[in-house]
Amino acid sequence: MLVPGSGSALRSVSVDLNNDASLVIDIPDALCERDMVKFTVHTKTTLSSFQKPDFSVPRQHEDFIWLHDTLVETEEYAGLIIPPAPPKPDFESPREKMHKLGEGEASMTKEEYAKMKQELEAEYLAVFKKTVQVHEVFLQRLSSHPVLSKDRNFQIFLEYDQDLSVRRKNAKEMFGGFFKNMVKSADEVLISGIKEVDDFFEQEKTFLLDYFSKIKDSTAKAEKMTRSHKSRRGFLSKNANLGSVCELKNQKFEFLLEKLSDLFEKLRKVEGRVASDQELKLTELLRYYMRDIQAAKDLLYRRARALANYENSNKALDKARLKSRDIPQAEEHQQQCLQKFDRLSESAKKELTSFKGRRVMAFKKNLVEMAELEIKHAKVSLTAHPIKHTV
Amino acid sequence: MTDTAREPPPLHTDFHEVEDGEDLFPESPAAQQPQPASLPALDISTNSNGPKQDSLMDDDPEDLFAGATEEVSLDSPERDVLLSDGPSPAITPITPPTSVIAPRIGHAHDDMFTHSSFDEIEEEEGGDSFDVHISVSDPEKVGDGMNAYMAYKVSTKTSLSVFKQRDFSVKRRFSDFLGLHSKLASKYLHIGYIVPPAPEKSIVGMTKVKVGKEDQSSNEFVEKRRSALERYLMRTVKHPILLKDPDVLQFLENSELPRAVNTQALSSAGILRMVNKAADAVNKMTIKMNESDAWFEEKQQHFENLDVQLRKLHASVESLVCHRKELSVNTAQFAKSAAMLGNSEDHTALSRALSQLAEVEEKIDQLHQDQANADFYLFSELLGDYVRLITAVKGVFDHRIKTWQKWQDSQVLLLKKREAEAKLQFTNKPDKLQQAKDEIKELEGKVQQGERDFEQISKIIRKEVGRFEKERVKDFKTIIVKYLESLVQTQQQLIKYWEAFLPEAKAIS
Repeated sequence: MLVPGSGSALRSVSVDLNNDASLVIDIPDALCERDMVKFTVHTKTTLSSFQKPDFSVPRQHEDFIWLHDTLVETEEYAGLIIPPAPPKPDFESPREKMHKLGEGEASMTKEEYAKMKQELEAEYLAVFKKTVQVHEVFLQRLSSHPVLSKDRNFQIFLEYDQDLSVRRKNAKEMFGGFFKNMVKSADEVLISGIKEVDDFFEQEKTFLLDYFSKIKDSTAKAEKMTRSHKSRRGFLSKNANLGSVCELKNQKFEFLLEKLSDLFEKLRKVEGRVASDQELKLTELLRYYMRDIQAAKDLLYRRARALANYENSNKALDKARLKSRDIPQAEEHQQQCLQKFDRLSESAKKELTSFKGRRVMAFKKNLVEMAELEIKHAKVSLTAHPIKHTV
Repeated sequence: MTDTAREPPPLHTDFHEVEDGEDLFPESPAAQQPQPASLPALDISTNSNGPKQDSLMDDDPEDLFAGATEEVSLDSPERDVLLSDGPSPAITPITPPTSVIAPRIGHAHDDMFTHSSFDEIEEEEGGDSFDVHISVSDPEKVGDGMNAYMAYKVSTKTSLSVFKQRDFSVKRRFSDFLGLHSKLASKYLHIGYIVPPAPEKSIVGMTKVKVGKEDQSSNEFVEKRRSALERYLMRTVKHPILLKDPDVLQFLENSELPRAVNTQALSSAGILRMVNKAADAVNKMTIKMNESDAWFEEKQQHFENLDVQLRKLHASVESLVCHRKELSVNTAQFAKSAAMLGNSEDHTALSRALSQLAEVEEKIDQLHQDQANADFYLFSELLGDYVRLITAVKGVFDHRIKTWQKWQDSQVLLLKKREAEAKLQFTNKPDKLQQAKDEIKELEGKVQQGERDFEQISKIIRKEVGRFEKERVKDFKTIIVKYLESLVQTQQQLIKYWEAFLPEAKAIS
């Protein structure tokens, strides 16, 4: 199943990132093959570091994950917020439906079957669009970041026209990653525990920790709400049965009931659109920023680690001074830690400030768009109600 | 007399074409008078409706018809334990109106009488422009503990002459409604009138109320019941025959009503009812009627289909209501969460916008709840009513079959007796012969009566079905319009809320 190119309209969770024309990335289409999605990553560039000015490569979801993890593990980027990795494409729900459709085919009328098929296709399409968007945004954030866009691995990702699987994590490394995450969450306690010298970071830390838990909660509730919305519209369709309730030789009444069934059909479609718009604008927004804030928290963690290292190196230096042994190494070590820490703090400050700006803008854009869409849909359903007058 | 020239109208005649035998009426009071006296052991004055009864006798002839049924009502509910609507009233010596008219054998009179009285009533109805409005309100809990019950105020506003006043109200409890229904059912169902079914009992619901839980669900239950009772009464009085029924009038007007104990589920009446229902079900399966009238066959099929469709629709509307409620719960939760998020947001404009969003979502939640209520009260209850009504209609059709069966049975019996008589002719037993001849004569009468009963019930059913369909269309139309209006309102409100939110969102900088 091919999906036509996603325009800027879909790039909703991040504000327009392709400001810099020297490196423009998009995902014009994608193929869904059984369990896998193959994205076509298309790059247009004026940079000389690339071999060609315009090229495309096929990539899988796992390739994106590899790229993300490589960036995270790069020491140099410790002071940067690494854009969150796109979530795995989730075709579970439409796949279930397709299964049900296949099973129930015998028991349904032709129209019912056709209708369900249509719905199913629409749902597939929606999931598809979502996942393409999320992968695209990831790449675009990288390309618009002054430091990350120059990353060697990023370039390989964009350019290498062979399968990237050789470079991907093998199982052992994955395990390593898992343990790292475990250790990290234990160290989150470390972040909150560390005495902060800088007001800015103190504030940010408090804010982010609190905000994260709230946004996580909101995301969950929004997801629930969206799900309810989606399932509700399923029932309006049953009201099409109304038509059969007629069974009368009363023409006007028959006409009325037919119109009523039509109306319910239209309303159902509108409800469906409302639900998916709400999901795109609100739920996706919250989901994305939840992950983004996690990335920001990761940055804070790294900085806190650096601070802890620095403090440890101080202690080591004091101990060395006491023992009058290995002083130059300890001093050297301490200097390094301090430098690292300062470097980290500086870039972290920059990152966090721009992050906030970005976040506010994205929220604004999405909330405005959501409100406008809701109004539009409500107006559409109103105009679908002309039958009052034929009664 | 115009009717002497007329034969019993063929079954296929459309009711509306037949004229009234208006000349009948002057004659009927005279003919009617002896009847009440011949009916055994009935003292009209024991009926609390005494004074009204006399006035009924004096006024319009069709009230005599109602007066005739009065006898029956005295008998069945209070004497005979409330048996099923089928065989019993017919078996007791006091048969319903048809027997009252029986003496006029061989006349088209009978059907003419009942049918034309029906017509008359309709004309009168047209003239009066059906001005009866009943409302059930002010549910009040009376008493305590398990003996507690809800008393409802039944207010009637009318300009019809059949009522004593124009504007009056009484207090009734649920079992009173059930009592009214069972009285009407025993009087009318087996002659073919579609008596609207009463709202259902609900032991769980009532127990909650009795126990005194003042929570949301028991309030909802009371409201549901109140509205169902109101619809029930309105449907009952919309029926031109039932409106004039003294039991109905008594129900609406009398301040005190004898307690209808026979409606209790666990009374002996209740158990007898259940037994009879089972017997009926068995009978239904065994009686195979030769349907000579295509109209009935078609209509029966039609009602079967309608029943199935309505049930399906009802079920899906109920699940729609459920889902809307779930959506409302989830929206409320999200609203709270969004409010918290707004609080922890440090960018002021965004914080304000998020709080606004939370408010909007809360309002939307309220909207969803209201819509769910509308879905429920307007649509779902209507569908439930009609599912029950269709059951009553099917019951009426079943009675017709039973009536046919009775007729056939007496025919068979007659045949047997004739054979027996023929045999007796050759023996030398004059007294037995005479007895046989007497029996045959009696049976002949019965057969003719059976045939008449059958024709009559068929006629009445046709008319009733026509009326029912008209009412159905009207009902559905009204409800659908109301429902659509509520949908439109919801959408408009949604627009208002989001439009109010939009500037806030745009103000983020």
